[in-house]
Order: sequence, then structure tokens, then C-alpha cells
Amino acid sequence: MFMYKTIASIMFLFLVGTVTVMAQDEDYGLGREATDKEIAGWNIDVPPSGEGLPDGSGSVPEGKEVYQAQCQSCHGADGKSGQMDRLVGGKGTLASDSPVKTVGSYWPYATTLYDYVHRAMPFHSPQSLSPDQTYAVTAYVLHLNGIVDEGTTLDANSLPKIKMPNRDGFVRPDPRPDVDAEACMSDCKSGK
Amino acid sequence: MADNNRTDGQIERRQFLKRTLGAVGVASLPLPISQALAASNGSGNLAPNVPKWTLTQGEPILSPPYGHPSRFEDGVVRTPTDLTPTKTSSWSFTPLQDMNGTITPNGLVFERHHGGVPDIDPDQHQLMLHGMVEKPIIFDMAEIKRFPQVSMKRFLECSGNTLTEWKQPTGKTVQDTHGLLSCCEWTGVRLSTLLRAAGVRDKAKWILAEGADAAAMTRSIPMEKALDDALVVYAQNGEALRPEQGYPLRLILPGFEGNTQIKWLRRLEVSDAPYMTREETSKYTDLMPDGSARQFTYVMEAKSVITFPSGGHTLPEKGFYEIRGLAWSGRGKVTRVDVSVDGGRNWTQAKLEGPVEPKALTAFRLPWRWKGGSALLQSRAIDETGYVQPTLQALIDVRGLNSVYHLNAIQTWEVSSDGGVSNVHV
Repeated sequence: MFMYKTIASIMFLFLVGTVTVMAQDEDYGLGREATDKEIAGWNIDVPPSGEGLPDGSGSVPEGKEVYQAQCQSCHGADGKSGQMDRLVGGKGTLASDSPVKTVGSYWPYATTLYDYVHRAMPFHSPQSLSPDQTYAVTAYVLHLNGIVDEGTTLDANSLPKIKMPNRDGFVRPDPRPDVDAEACMSDCKSGK
Repeated sequence: MADNNRTDGQIERRQFLKRTLGAVGVASLPLPISQALAASNGSGNLAPNVPKWTLTQGEPILSPPYGHPSRFEDGVVRTPTDLTPTKTSSWSFTPLQDMNGTITPNGLVFERHHGGVPDIDPDQHQLMLHGMVEKPIIFDMAEIKRFPQVSMKRFLECSGNTLTEWKQPTGKTVQDTHGLLSCCEWTGVRLSTLLRAAGVRDKAKWILAEGADAAAMTRSIPMEKALDDALVVYAQNGEALRPEQGYPLRLILPGFEGNTQIKWLRRLEVSDAPYMTREETSKYTDLMPDGSARQFTYVMEAKSVITFPSGGHTLPEKGFYEIRGLAWSGRGKVTRVDVSVDGGRNWTQAKLEGPVEPKALTAFRLPWRWKGGSALLQSRAIDETGYVQPTLQALIDVRGLNSVYHLNAIQTWEVSSDGGVSNVHV
């Protein structure tokens, strides 16, 4: 009896003294608070509201220079003829048998162009363009698509206000499932 | 077996080998055929001879310290697409025709990168969680690994899997047609656990997930999914993530299209609206016949494919074969798979390997006796929602031919009377 009590006491001490079983979702105390400076260094996204767009600006002619130096070797001088994604044209083709999806014909938001050019372009040195260069080349690609005129200068205020031609071309939420197929087992119509 | 019969059999085997090796490759042949090949090469390791590897010590332990497959399996590899102008924004296919069971070996998991595979030092990798939260947090890898751990076997499929097959049969093998598909046991922490650590604000509805690769790949994830079964994982099939799978950290969103499951995960930003990133506007949206495009089509619907016999295989003779394949659904468990050998006129229920797990590859098998004529092999998955995998024509009737992604139609393999198997549309 004495021995059982001793063992039980030792086990009790062991459990209480060294192990604390936590309830689920307790504060694990892991990680540390991110500083504003750390967040600013990584927080590069630009949603349609334009929130996060940096100071600076760029014009269509300035963008042409950036484009010729950084973009046209992959996308072509006119934005149509490079080996990488076509950027220009395709308007009115989306419902055709050969749709051409470009910034002008397909992209719903101009902010996405800024976001993507800054985060992932130029392909071999992403995140190397300055805000001014990014505004400028965004303006130039929009100009090539006839969306802004040659005298346009874009900045954090003007960029989110641009309405893209295919702004309302997207369907949400996902309407699938599309097909309510029947699992016919015998003498079914072939291929159905 | 009498000598004269054995001679006949060897001749048959040699003819069979000549007929099949070009198409199938030594690596994927079952054992008896490999032995037959050894005999035809005159190596004399078949009965009644004692094989040479029985008569000497084999290689010592740690040959090598990290093991790899037999040299006779070196044909079982991922293959590239020829559709992309660069090899860093590109994809490679899992050799499904050589897979057995439902776990994809780490070195064979398909790839889809948008800016190449970064070489990340885990000691210099962090996960930032900020936006509409009470406390923005940065975790290092050691801290993430201290959170309560979960493991789940889940499939991973690119929404572009099978995209070459809309208009005509294009891929020669199941690797070509369905190889943007893999399944691993993923280990990490629930995303909901990390979100609770930061304290998500009431109006938060979306999370932007961002990678540390050269594409800084970004997708918006619905909060509902994040709190349901999303994982932030650091391991696959028992070891650290492979670099091409997101080392040291990636998102796993079971049943969602692969590109949303951001690799090299470095940042999660909580918001009340989606971010409309390039990957969810200009890419990974599904163009419909009327010119509108569906957006945020996350779920990979129920799908199945026969992996044996499949395109490029050759049946050497009439007789018994087990039809084998894989089925999966992004909406939950596969409940049934039917197989047809006559192009969809008559169907037989296949046997599922259990226990069937939700949003995981499920193996199905059906015994079959090939009588030597032409056969059209198909499989059809049904999931726990009652959804039945559609025919290609039924899908095209709704989607047209230009939606690119989410082709989950029934696949047909034609076995011709000479035993060759090819990709066809019916």
C-alpha cells in the first residue's frame, strides 16, 4: 500500500512538475510581433483599391523608354510579337474561336499590372524597377492598348481610377458543377 | 515444363520483348519479364542457374547514404512540357503509368513553377502574417515546427492538368495527359492555428498568400478555406519538402487547384477583399463561350483515369489483366469508380482500395480478360456529393473549347487488336 502511494505520488509530481497539457487554441507564445519596417519591406501587393501604391509617378513617354530597355526583347516592340505573353490587342476576341487574352482585352484591373510588373518583372531581375519606372511602363502598356492617351502620367491616385475594358467580364462565384451526369450502367448511349 | 515447350515460350517472350520494349521501357516491366530479358541477353541468371548476385556480397550499407531507386528504374522520371518558352516558368509531369498505390514519391511529384525553384536557406526564411489581425507576427522555421503538428494525405493537381485534350487527343501517355497530379502525406501546422495566434479581425474574409520565389507568386484564399482544412506544411512523405515543392514552407489547400497552394510561402496578408493578382485574373480564370470568364474556380472536381493499361502500353497476349487507375475529388471522398471496356456503353463497378480518404488519390482496380479485339477503356468517378465525372462532350457543351483549365472529363484509352494502347476521343 505504502509503495503504491509512493509511486502514485511520484507520478503525480512528474506530471505536474514537468508536463503541462495545453488546451487547444491556447496562446502558444510562438513568433514575435512584426515591425512596421519589416512589413513595409515585404508588403508589395496592390489590390484594386490602390492601397499600397507607393509615391512616385511615370508618364507614357518615360514608359516607352523603360519598355524598350526592359520588356520588348520578350514581349515584342508592339507588345504583340514577342515569344512571351502577348500584352496588346485582342479586343473583341474573347467570345471567338481564337480568343486573344491580353492586358487590354482581358485584364480587369490596371492595379494588377502595376503589382505584377513590380513583383515579377523583368523576368530575369524581378523587383528591380523603381516606382517611377513601374508607373511609367504601366502607363505605356495601357497606352499601347488604347486605354490611356499619350499624355497620361500615372500615380497612386490616378492608377486605381482607370476602368479596364474587361472590368465586368468575370463571373463569381464559381457556378460549377456544370454537368449533372447520370451514372448509367448498361446499354448506355456511348460517350454519354 | 517440357524443353520443347520452353523453347517455344522463349521465342514468344523474345517476340514480345521486341514488340513492347520500345513503347514501355525496361523500367516499368513486371519482374518476370525483366528476368526474361536477362535470359535473352544470355546472362544466365534464370532457373535452374543460380543468379550471380546470389554468389557474392552485395553493396554495403550507405550505398549511398540517401537511397535512390534501382538503376533498372532510371526510366521512371518526370518529363517536361514543350509548351512553355522558358524552363523556369514551366511544368513537368509525374509518370503515373509507373506509379503503384497512391503516394507519389517525392522525386516524382509534378512541378509547376512560375519563376524557377529558389534555393532557400531555412535559417533565413520567415513567415509574416499581417493585415487585418490584432497582432502582426513573424515566425521563423523553428517556431513554426513547434506548433501542434498534423499530417494529411492529400492530392495535388494543377488546374491545367489535361489541358491539351480539349480539342483532340494529344498526349501519348497518361503522364502526358494526367501527370500534373500527385499525392503526398503532408505534415505541418493548421493555418487556422497560425491565424488564431495573430487574431483575425471580424471583417476579414480573404488571405493573400505570397511565395518567396522570383515570381513572388500570389493568390487570394477565402477565409472559409483557411479556417477549414488549410495547412502550412514543411514536410512531405516523411521528409522535408523538396525545393521544387516549396522548401522550406508551403501552403496546402486540400482539393483546391495546385497554383493556390503557394510554395516557398513567406507572407500571409489578411484582408476583407480579394487582391485580384495576375494569377487570379489574367491566368487561372476559365474563359466561357460567351466571352465571360469564371474567376476563383478553386475546386478540382471529381476525376479518374486508368493508368494501366494506358497510352503507350502494349498488351503482349490475350488473357488476364487488372485494369488499374486513380480517382480523386476536391469535394471529398471518392465513393465509387465504374469502368467500361466498350467506350461507355456498359459499366462495371471497380474495387476501391480502402480506407478511402477525402481529397486524396484513391486506387481502383478491376479484373479484366482481354479477348484480343479492340477495346475502349474508360473510368468514371463518383464522389460523396453524388457528382459523376462527366464525358468530354458534356463538359464542352457547357464550357466550349477555350476555358483551358479544369478538364475533368472521362479519359478513353483504345486497346487495338495488336495490343497497342493509345489515347482516343469517342
